[in-house]
Amino acid sequence: MESRFKVMHSNNTVKVTLQGRLDAVNSPSLSDELAKLKGKAIGNIVFFAKDLEYISSAGIRVIVFAKQKIGENSKIYLIGASETILDVIKMTGLANFMIVQDAYSD
Amino acid sequence: MIRIDAHPTHHRDGFDLRIGKPLPFGATIVPGGVNFSVFSRHATACELLLFRKNEDEPYATIPFLDEFHIGNVFCMTVFNLEIEEIDYGYRMDGPCNFKSGQWFNREKILMDPYARLVGGRDEWGVTPDWNKKYQHRSRIFFDDFDWADDMAPDIPMEDLVIYEMHVRGFTRHSSSGMKYPGTFATIQEKIPYLKDLGINCIELLPIHEFDEFENERISPVTGKPLLNYWGYSQVGFFAPKAGYAATGKFGMQIDELKATIKALHHEGIEVILDVVFNHTAEGNENGPYISYRGIDNNTYYMLTPEGYYYNFSGCGNTLNCNNPIVRSMILDCLRYWVYEYHVDGFRFDLASILGRDQNGAPMANPPLLETLAFDPILGKCKLIAEAWDAGGLYQVGSFPSWGRWAEWNGKYRDDIRKFLKSEGGTGGMAQRIQGSPDLYGWRGPNASINFITCHDGFTLMDLVSYNGKHNEANGENNRDGGDDNLSWNCGIEGATRDAAVNALRRKQIKNGVTLLMVSRGVPMILYGDEAGRTQEGNNNTYCQDNELAWFDWDLLETNREIFEYFKKIIAFRHAHPVLRSNAFFRNSDYVGSGYADISWHGTNAWNADFSPSSRCLAFMLCGKHAKQGRERDNDIYTAMNMHWEMHVFELPRLPEDRKWHVFANTDMIPPHDICDPGEEIVLQNQGEILVGPRSVIVLVGK
Repeated sequence: MESRFKVMHSNNTVKVTLQGRLDAVNSPSLSDELAKLKGKAIGNIVFFAKDLEYISSAGIRVIVFAKQKIGENSKIYLIGASETILDVIKMTGLANFMIVQDAYSD
Repeated sequence: MIRIDAHPTHHRDGFDLRIGKPLPFGATIVPGGVNFSVFSRHATACELLLFRKNEDEPYATIPFLDEFHIGNVFCMTVFNLEIEEIDYGYRMDGPCNFKSGQWFNREKILMDPYARLVGGRDEWGVTPDWNKKYQHRSRIFFDDFDWADDMAPDIPMEDLVIYEMHVRGFTRHSSSGMKYPGTFATIQEKIPYLKDLGINCIELLPIHEFDEFENERISPVTGKPLLNYWGYSQVGFFAPKAGYAATGKFGMQIDELKATIKALHHEGIEVILDVVFNHTAEGNENGPYISYRGIDNNTYYMLTPEGYYYNFSGCGNTLNCNNPIVRSMILDCLRYWVYEYHVDGFRFDLASILGRDQNGAPMANPPLLETLAFDPILGKCKLIAEAWDAGGLYQVGSFPSWGRWAEWNGKYRDDIRKFLKSEGGTGGMAQRIQGSPDLYGWRGPNASINFITCHDGFTLMDLVSYNGKHNEANGENNRDGGDDNLSWNCGIEGATRDAAVNALRRKQIKNGVTLLMVSRGVPMILYGDEAGRTQEGNNNTYCQDNELAWFDWDLLETNREIFEYFKKIIAFRHAHPVLRSNAFFRNSDYVGSGYADISWHGTNAWNADFSPSSRCLAFMLCGKHAKQGRERDNDIYTAMNMHWEMHVFELPRLPEDRKWHVFANTDMIPPHDICDPGEEIVLQNQGEILVGPRSVIVLVGK
């Protein structure tokens, strides 16, 4: 399956670049990837979502999973997401802990 | 410890399978797969059909093997399913014999009666493709919402002010100014408005999945499409209406509704659902196969000895509520809405049907109603009955309650309406104001949901603007809708520019809401009445998905004085515990205050006229009797003059340390019609007060 995301970990920040669709088809592999970071000291988890076209229920749950499993005390950012994606996330009420910004700099 | 049941035992046509668990019914996500479980007593075989989302032909048909059949339940776990990408349904084989009530047809694709997510009408008003064989499609969803620290507000019944609301009608009008009008999500946006108004409970017209295209047609009068707008015809009892969710097109209505309830709870607002267990959308003998009829027709429906559907609902069929299987389904369903959605209560449409036996006869102690009254999970739920049905059973005051059930008090509505239109009836009014002890003597005033208007009938503005219903737009030659509206148009039928008539209408609205808020019992208002919402005389807008039924938010400006009045009279009720209690008045002084808890007056103090033609009545509540003497409150005196002439009311005298102050006088022009609670102005003449024609005055003794 074509990977539509990239996960980079440096210092205490995890950067996840999302593209295309994040749904039940590809979210398990992303959560597997994120699960590898369990136990590490992570201060920020940054989801770059400029090229994310669609997020499903399973996709939103990966973000919640990231918060629960690897970043309970870290800041979770959502960067550059489209209005539709932001609205969906807001209306489903699952990921209101996220800090929404247009851009992110280290 | 490693579990070993996430492992298939059977392989068939490329699918990994295992015997399922019969409970819970429905499709449940389990490790590695999905557990499918469905009941049928008479089916001889059952197949699970899997579809790619919205496709008409299944990509897989998996029969339930004999070893997957436990009792009357077909149960199977299927592994490795892409749960977001599929729809599922069942096909059942079995006897087909009309007279014995069995309708099995192995050609029909059936929705799961326990489907928690239903697709097929994902966006409101998008015309369906009727050629598709599978219209209402079971789907699978996660029951894993993060409720965090959400708690039920658990507001005592007597403190509730209920706001009856249609999810779509509340914000669909363009004037709402909302990005996603007509949705669950937008209710969240309007929470500040609801709080400003002062209500603390919303009661939603049906939000279970229904088909707005059921019986779709064009109005011969207006040329507009007529839809099943109210939604009193359920497709699936466990699934929220997709078309009410802004995210319904993404299949996320479950999370959106939960997020909405969580947000309402956070602001101290409860949520009651209007549930319709009296019939389903499958209609009569000519209706479609959606689910129940193809799964076990004579279990789910009440049938005549000849095999026809009983029609106690007026909608073609009657759910067989006191069949043990259906009873369990209803209980499972209500529990599910409580523990999964954190719903605070239910209002049961045509609830008397829930008390009929399998042949339709009313029962003295209906097992379903008793079960619901004592169920532990529903233990703190508000249970409210519409205590009548379309088969002629009328149980207001006698609905089997076990001290748990409240009722929509239709007699309250009727007596207040008669009194408002100057037909007299002070004796009846005295009962209604006290919480209807004549009806609920041993149950308490909390059994009485007091209302003047609800979705079914005129809005409050129309109640004072029309003598008769005007339902022509419904395309039924004005035959539909109730004829006994007890309304009065104040002199001219319908909208008018006559200033005097309009002023009288506004006054009558204020009179009505004042009586509602000073009555013991639980007040309920209809959404939009606080802004003078009109339906142009249509008292049955079940099919009007348009501006006729939607709340026009611009009315808040047009009728600002009505809105301000509502806010203040609701705040007054919240401010005064003497108005709110689940104990009936004793009509005596039991705290030694020198005044009875309630005393009755007329134009002469201490001398109420309860003769049939009397249109004047007043009552005084002694503040020292608030909460049976446990709280201190002001005294409250309410004078009602529904005569068309003004009258002087002699006031009961207060002790030296207290004086009467004016809180509301509906005969006055704003801002002098009402004040903020606590800001009342002292009355110059403490001996008597002039009450204008068709007016209500509320005084506070402090």
